[in-house]
Amino acid sequence: MSRLSYREGMRQALREALAGDPRVFVMGEDVGRYGGTYAVTKGLLEEFGPERVRDTPLSELAFVGAGIGAALGGMRPIVEVMTVNFSLLALDQIVNSAALYRHMSGGQFSVPLVIRMATGAGRQVAAQHSHSFENWYASIPGIKVLAPATVEDARDMLAPALADPDPVVIFEHAQLYNVEADVSETRSTDIRSAAVRREGKMLSLITYGGSLPKTLEAASQLAEEGIDAEVVDLRVLRPLDMATVLASVRKCRRAVVVDETWRTGSLAAEIVARIAEEAFYDLDAPPARVCSEEVPIPYAKHLEEAALPQPAKILAAVKTVLGR
Amino acid sequence: MIEFKLPSLGADMDRGKLLEWKVKPGEAVKRGQVVAVVDTAKAAVEVEIWQDGTVFELLLQPGETVPVGTAMATLLQPGETPEQAALQKREVPAARPAPKPAPAAAAVAPPAVAAPSAAPLAQRRPVSPAARRHASELNVDIDKVTGTGPHGAVTIEDVEKAAARAAPAPADRYAEMRKAIAAAMSRSKREIPHYYLSETIPMQRAVEWLARENEKRPVTERILMGTLQLKAVALALAKAPELNGFWLDGKFQAATGVHIGVAISIRQGGLIAPAIHDADKKSLIELMRALSDLVARARAGSLRSSEMSDPTITVTNLGDQGVEAVFGVIYPPQVALVGFGRLETRPWAANGALSAVPLVTASLSGDHRASDGIRGARFLAGLRERLQHPEEL
Repeated sequence: MSRLSYREGMRQALREALAGDPRVFVMGEDVGRYGGTYAVTKGLLEEFGPERVRDTPLSELAFVGAGIGAALGGMRPIVEVMTVNFSLLALDQIVNSAALYRHMSGGQFSVPLVIRMATGAGRQVAAQHSHSFENWYASIPGIKVLAPATVEDARDMLAPALADPDPVVIFEHAQLYNVEADVSETRSTDIRSAAVRREGKMLSLITYGGSLPKTLEAASQLAEEGIDAEVVDLRVLRPLDMATVLASVRKCRRAVVVDETWRTGSLAAEIVARIAEEAFYDLDAPPARVCSEEVPIPYAKHLEEAALPQPAKILAAVKTVLGR
Repeated sequence: MIEFKLPSLGADMDRGKLLEWKVKPGEAVKRGQVVAVVDTAKAAVEVEIWQDGTVFELLLQPGETVPVGTAMATLLQPGETPEQAALQKREVPAARPAPKPAPAAAAVAPPAVAAPSAAPLAQRRPVSPAARRHASELNVDIDKVTGTGPHGAVTIEDVEKAAARAAPAPADRYAEMRKAIAAAMSRSKREIPHYYLSETIPMQRAVEWLARENEKRPVTERILMGTLQLKAVALALAKAPELNGFWLDGKFQAATGVHIGVAISIRQGGLIAPAIHDADKKSLIELMRALSDLVARARAGSLRSSEMSDPTITVTNLGDQGVEAVFGVIYPPQVALVGFGRLETRPWAANGALSAVPLVTASLSGDHRASDGIRGARFLAGLRERLQHPEEL
């Protein structure tokens, strides 16, 4: 058992990957000399040299494309796109190339690429730097999408992502980097399943990524009021582990999905739809969603807080679902 | 827009539970088509629709129990568009009419062609899907459960509390059927002034003719004496129309066809008397097949609504049970019941001599409001005559 931050967990995973496989290299904006915008890659340039930790020009389209080429050529690139906001510039590479080469080549090529990106709001960096588009990526066949929300997952999900023969996109919520936790030495290699983070029986709170700590906090407050909520962390956004979600919903019969993306077309919308399709007769109340308000994320602190899912909003939604 | 209402499938039915829809919105339906399966206290019955049209909306969910006369679905009339129907619906205040008890007399609820101001818009009470299912499992009447969930919805917890309060007796189909029979028979004896007639009928010719006929037939197509008797009743009714029909709204209404309700005992206990339609027009072999089919389906619990709701007279045959004669209780709103006892060889005096002849005692229970004894007597005489000429049956 040791104490790590989410950032340190991710750095440890990168270091182990670089040390363990000569085909692995890290590429992205400011990942080398600056040590990473979120300081995740700090020290790696010094440890592994400029061949393995490469600073790139400010062109997401170019360096994600280069990562795809390297992966096709037999390397195991880990491309850091600073944030999901800038990944929009590389969408063509990710959606049209990385996700489709296996299909377009009739199975001759695979793209064993890992793309890491920070996501989410809450740090007063204004509308253009506060997006959450996990739902977009989670709708694309051909890629896997991971959202480590705990320190252990930050440390443990990279290795199986690298081992996967197809592109894997990892979302790291920027609010999580400073989160610290005691982690076990045991490593998990699971990038298939959701995890129950708190057991309960009165309702299922289903969430992922940066919303997990808020949801767990809400669950603690609910427990003080005698409301026993279960918290499911999706972990893997594509493909969704609906078996775990549905098992929880069938047990609790009520569901609230917490998701920082905008409500319309959100991942929460997809989860609620599948619950309605597959567990309708087990429901004791209409499922509810706590998502971001449908506005550009404001800069002002109080407005930004008001726009995002918060424990108080989760509590309110839970009480509505329980009819209290 | 046409409303399709839950028909009364017999005088003893005042509520029904929808088990299954056989049609979907948008589907064209024809008169006589089976559109739903409804559980009465006696059996699961396939309910037929009485008008051509296109299904617009299904207003009930499987599992819901509603009083007879409740709108189950709406239909578009030929030529009517969904837009027109929706418009019509919008003009109607959103109030669910208080469920009315079945009109005691109506054997079949006719399709109401709703006037624009009369179409009730079903405003659903919120009941969670899980609560609805659980209520069905626990036999809790969901309409009587108070909801405490979101928007006052009935939740599982509400259902469980209601179940605990009610401490419901275990579902007992037999008890339900007993109750239904008790209600119908009590009503009959309370309201119908019965008169009873009986006649001993020599069956020598019928027995011999039937034996000869059956020799020509494969075993599977042999005709039972009961079928012969049914046909004779059906034909004899032609001259006694006041025995074939219903006492409705204080007066007798003659039936247009002869639909004989055949009393069938259910193995688990109880009794059901579904109709063989147009028995007077069926050949003996057709009648035999209809009877076997009806008995099988009655015992399997898959009868059709028209069979349940429109018998115009009932025939009961307790001869198999070894009784000499049966004097039955009329099934309201019918006005007569014909009974047959055991077919047995007994002494019989004819032409000044005593001989041993197969005899059967036929009886008539008549509703004195609808007919008098003399008419009943003529009917029994006619029946006796018919049975003397089996080849004409």
